Amino acid sequence: MRKLFDFHGGIHPPENKHQSVRTGIATAGIPDELVLPLAQHIGAPSAPLVEAGERVLKGQMLAEAAGTVSVPLHAPTSGTIIAIEERKIAHPSGHSAPCVVLRSDGKDEWVEHHPIADYKSTEKQQLLQCIRDAGIAGLGGAGFPTAVKLAVGPSKPIDTLIINGTECEPYITADDILMRERADAIIEGTLILAHILAPDKILIGVEDNKPEAYSTLQAAASGSAIEVVSFPTKYPSGGEKQLIEILTGKQVPSGGLPADIGIVCQNVGSAAAVHDAVILGQPLISRIVTVTGNAVREPQNFHALLGTPMHFLLEQAGYEADKNQRLIMGGPMMGFTVPSADVPIVKTTNCILAPTADELPVNPPPQPCIRCGMCAEACPASLLPQQLFWFAQGKEFEKAEQHNLFDCIECGACSYVCPSNIPLVQYYRAAKAEVIQLRQDAEKSEHSRLRFEARQARKEREAAEKEAKRAARKKAAEEKARLAAEAGSAEEDPIQAAIERAKAKKAAQVAGSANESQLEKLEKAVVTTRKRLDTATTKLEAARAEGADHADALQLGVDKTRAKLEAAEKALQDYQQANGTPQAAAADATDAAQAAIQKAMAARDAEANKSPQDKARDALAKLEARLAKSEARLQAGREAGEEEKIMIALEATVERLREKVAAARDQAQETEQC
Amino acid sequence: MALMRITSPHAHGPQKTSWVMQQVLLATVPGLIVLTHFFGFGTLINVLWASILALAFEALALKLRKRPIGFYLGDYSALVTAVLLGIALPPYSPWWLITVGMASSILLAKHLYGGLGYNPFNPAMVGYVVLLISFPVQMTSWAPPRGAGELPGLMEALQACFTPGNYDGVTMATPLDVLKQNNSLLVEDLWQANPQFGRWAGVGWEWANIAFLAGGLWLLYQRIFTWHAPVAMLATLTLMAALFYDGGSSASGGSPLFHLLSGATMFGAFFIVTDPVSSAVSVRGRLIYGALIGILIYLIRVFGNYPDAVAFAVLIMNLAAPFIDQYTQPRTYGHVKSGGGD
Amino acid sequence: MYDFIAQYPLLSALFALVSLGAVFGAILGYASERFKAEGNPIVDQINAILPQTQCGQCGHPGCRPYAEAIAAGEAINKCPPGGQAGVQALADLLDVEAPELDEEHGEEKVPHVAFIHEDECIGCTKCIQACPVDAILGAAKHMHTVIASECTGCDLCVEPCPVDCIEMLPEAESLENWHWQLPEPTSRRVDIIASDASEDEAAA
Repeated sequence: MRKLFDFHGGIHPPENKHQSVRTGIATAGIPDELVLPLAQHIGAPSAPLVEAGERVLKGQMLAEAAGTVSVPLHAPTSGTIIAIEERKIAHPSGHSAPCVVLRSDGKDEWVEHHPIADYKSTEKQQLLQCIRDAGIAGLGGAGFPTAVKLAVGPSKPIDTLIINGTECEPYITADDILMRERADAIIEGTLILAHILAPDKILIGVEDNKPEAYSTLQAAASGSAIEVVSFPTKYPSGGEKQLIEILTGKQVPSGGLPADIGIVCQNVGSAAAVHDAVILGQPLISRIVTVTGNAVREPQNFHALLGTPMHFLLEQAGYEADKNQRLIMGGPMMGFTVPSADVPIVKTTNCILAPTADELPVNPPPQPCIRCGMCAEACPASLLPQQLFWFAQGKEFEKAEQHNLFDCIECGACSYVCPSNIPLVQYYRAAKAEVIQLRQDAEKSEHSRLRFEARQARKEREAAEKEAKRAARKKAAEEKARLAAEAGSAEEDPIQAAIERAKAKKAAQVAGSANESQLEKLEKAVVTTRKRLDTATTKLEAARAEGADHADALQLGVDKTRAKLEAAEKALQDYQQANGTPQAAAADATDAAQAAIQKAMAARDAEANKSPQDKARDALAKLEARLAKSEARLQAGREAGEEEKIMIALEATVERLREKVAAARDQAQETEQC
Repeated sequence: MALMRITSPHAHGPQKTSWVMQQVLLATVPGLIVLTHFFGFGTLINVLWASILALAFEALALKLRKRPIGFYLGDYSALVTAVLLGIALPPYSPWWLITVGMASSILLAKHLYGGLGYNPFNPAMVGYVVLLISFPVQMTSWAPPRGAGELPGLMEALQACFTPGNYDGVTMATPLDVLKQNNSLLVEDLWQANPQFGRWAGVGWEWANIAFLAGGLWLLYQRIFTWHAPVAMLATLTLMAALFYDGGSSASGGSPLFHLLSGATMFGAFFIVTDPVSSAVSVRGRLIYGALIGILIYLIRVFGNYPDAVAFAVLIMNLAAPFIDQYTQPRTYGHVKSGGGD
Repeated sequence: MYDFIAQYPLLSALFALVSLGAVFGAILGYASERFKAEGNPIVDQINAILPQTQCGQCGHPGCRPYAEAIAAGEAINKCPPGGQAGVQALADLLDVEAPELDEEHGEEKVPHVAFIHEDECIGCTKCIQACPVDAILGAAKHMHTVIASECTGCDLCVEPCPVDCIEMLPEAESLENWHWQLPEPTSRRVDIIASDASEDEAAA
């Protein structure tokens, strides 16, 4: 007999479990439409792999895990995906969340199974991958990805594996019935988990109000290393931390994980799901759901597909909607009310509780707290709920944190015993959310401050740089002036020299240095534009050679640059014509000019040799070729669904070319006629 | 019908504040019977008159504060205060004395601080101390117990309470008074010289204390409060008495048994110290709170100016309760050290 | 010694006082050295409380300048984004009475995020220059957009926009940010029992 420990506090609410275990597990069947939320677990929502209209087979992966703490989602039956959209889900807020909606075809056609024949000779990593791919998330209620829990590093050796068959919440019997009917699967799954973790001890904890489940498990576990432990019933002994304390006497450090003290805890349902995944190759697509409460005529447990709407089960159990005043997912202690009976069953739905108003009456309005201390006696975390309530009510969140608000497991024992009917748990939930919000706000404000300061620094730096540049220019100018002055002063009086130099400068300016600089500017413009054109053309060619997408955009650029070059050349020409060739330049470059003139004359001769008709025809042909090419490209772009910007550019090009072609054709006709 | 959306837990235990208060009222019955048996109808009249006043003052305060009257009267807390004060006052107290006391309790100590649950001091004890300081003569004139004097009948008792002027019946010093005044006789001689001393701690007193002890045990059995504060108080009181007991010289402070069974010891331990609103909240806190009250009771009884000390001791420790709470947070699950104190 | 005290009472009293002063002075001096609190300068502490929206509603160009102004004695109730809670925090820090939020500088409201109607944006970059935390992305003659996660909701980009295409949208409640609210305070409940309802309404 194993030495058992006790945890502080706890309560004994009426169990109400007998109603739903009078019959075995009933199969719920396949509803017409299944709604599968992408987030049925703790962590990142899974990412859809399918699209609306696609046909899927039973067990096919519909969405893959997004990140480490996430699990995939599978089709519970074969059918067609009709939408991936926001649907109402089982959440206390009543908000919607993205869901895959599947219309079943009734064929229930499986994908191929890939069981692992002999898990004992399989790599640990491969088993973990198999569990992960099967989409298993803690079936006890929290829905933490099982594979993540199992993947403890070598720095944390596991000495105890605990399988949680406690099910301490009143009304719920899903685990109870599972233990009775599928004890072998649970034991097998437990052994697989043990194979992965290699613990010294393997314990299955069952409360002593489930003698039948206990003896069935005991029988199934005989001969294995698994020890099935029965312990006195007390709520909330099924809480992970409480169960660990009962079985081992150890406490999970605050803010830590059971793995920190060498313990991993899994729900019996998860163990059975691991068995199904590894031995049968079936992903997690269904679960056992207790449907109970006085507003159903035949409380029982259903084997239901994930995504089944709650009313589908409720109707089979004889739901009397007019008697039902609130619909609870989970048990009466920690379950939450759902917005309607249409919300789907998810991986964490262990119970649908439909009580009548007499059965679970609504709390009367709260009376003042008289600090009677019953809550502190009931608190399994040894908190002082009355103090926490005081702080939460007064929004003294810092004090609440000091009183370990975040160690509250929200089990509801304090609210249950409170003689003043104070909704304590709601206070704690709100206070926790508020504290987290404050933390996030502080983080955001710190982030904003850094960004603001970075911006300020950048602006200052820019201003400083500008200032520095100006100062440098000024300094250089001064330096130059000083050097020049020094050079001049070697022979003459520096002042005289400076005056003369200034005079000379003025004179030179008057003499048309302005014109010269204008000319220089134009020439420079031509040269740089040509250079740019050259580089752009090379790039364009390279891009064309590679068949890159941006070639068209480059083409546009080249065209533009060419236009600019033409404009610059024209401006230069105009200027030169207007001002005449400057003396100095002409004098210096007589030979060059001569050569250029000769070259130009030669070119003109060559051109003159061609008939105007030929010329026009050549030009037209060239243009037509370009137009054709452009049109082809535009067409290709349209088909490929190119970006709007590129399409607009392409269209503009084609349009322009068309105009040019038209003009060229006119010219050609004209020349032909004459 | 639209489905409700409310927070968990959806189940609720059977206990109600009104039930808790009813149990406390019920537990005073044996003590009341014994007091009535030994001292006549005085205490009963006190309690009834105080109850009427309590309801009236409570309703008035609620009306002034614009709170729903029926809802708050239903928690019985005002009645508990009235019964406790009525028991604590000397039998045959004049009507105006009780009126002043209840006004102080309900209006001053309770509603000025925000009503039930917000009062830092025990309302009954505030009322008691206000009266003790303002009207020391009336407050220290205790009726002689059966056997030591003649008990007035019901009509006489009513007359004593509601006619102007003082009840001029016989009054008698309580054993605690006598012991305090005594400075010449050995304790043993004192017992023989005074007929009201009874077997251990005074005729009537010892039985009243035992009756309140019984009521307290009933409340413990009903889990209305935990054992920590009363047991700690009784333990330290016994310890102090034992430490300072010198076998009964003329300067003696009285034996431990004398202290346990005289005055308001048991009444205080199970009905006043256990008032949850104004006491410390954690287990360790309640131990410290009770223990210090026990020590204070002894110190004030023996070395102070007042014969009995429960009210003063409780009020002083009410003052210290938040401080005790601050330093006696229990060790939360998963924490190495207990919180608080930093 | 006693003789001395008896003979020169004045002198001995003086001596006693002086030596007491010396001893306590030494203890205090030691304590102030030994237990010296190495805290942030007060401006940093104030700045840490301010919400860093950099909105300028307080009349200062950013939160830090306001923090400096508070340290120099300015009123602490000029920060609407920080709200009454922020005023309270500042009052706690500076150990003064918390005043009401000054309505002159704006009202406390739920957090907002700027949103650019992108089809109307003409790409003038004016909002980019106005944004104190570089939360607007875009280039000249190209559409701009707000990086919602970086936006502090300061409003400063709304004014400069020449085509009024920027809107401040309140943050919507979603599944991610939903949480339980504190229950209604007891005294405000009206659904207590029929006979009390009118009483309570009178109170409200």
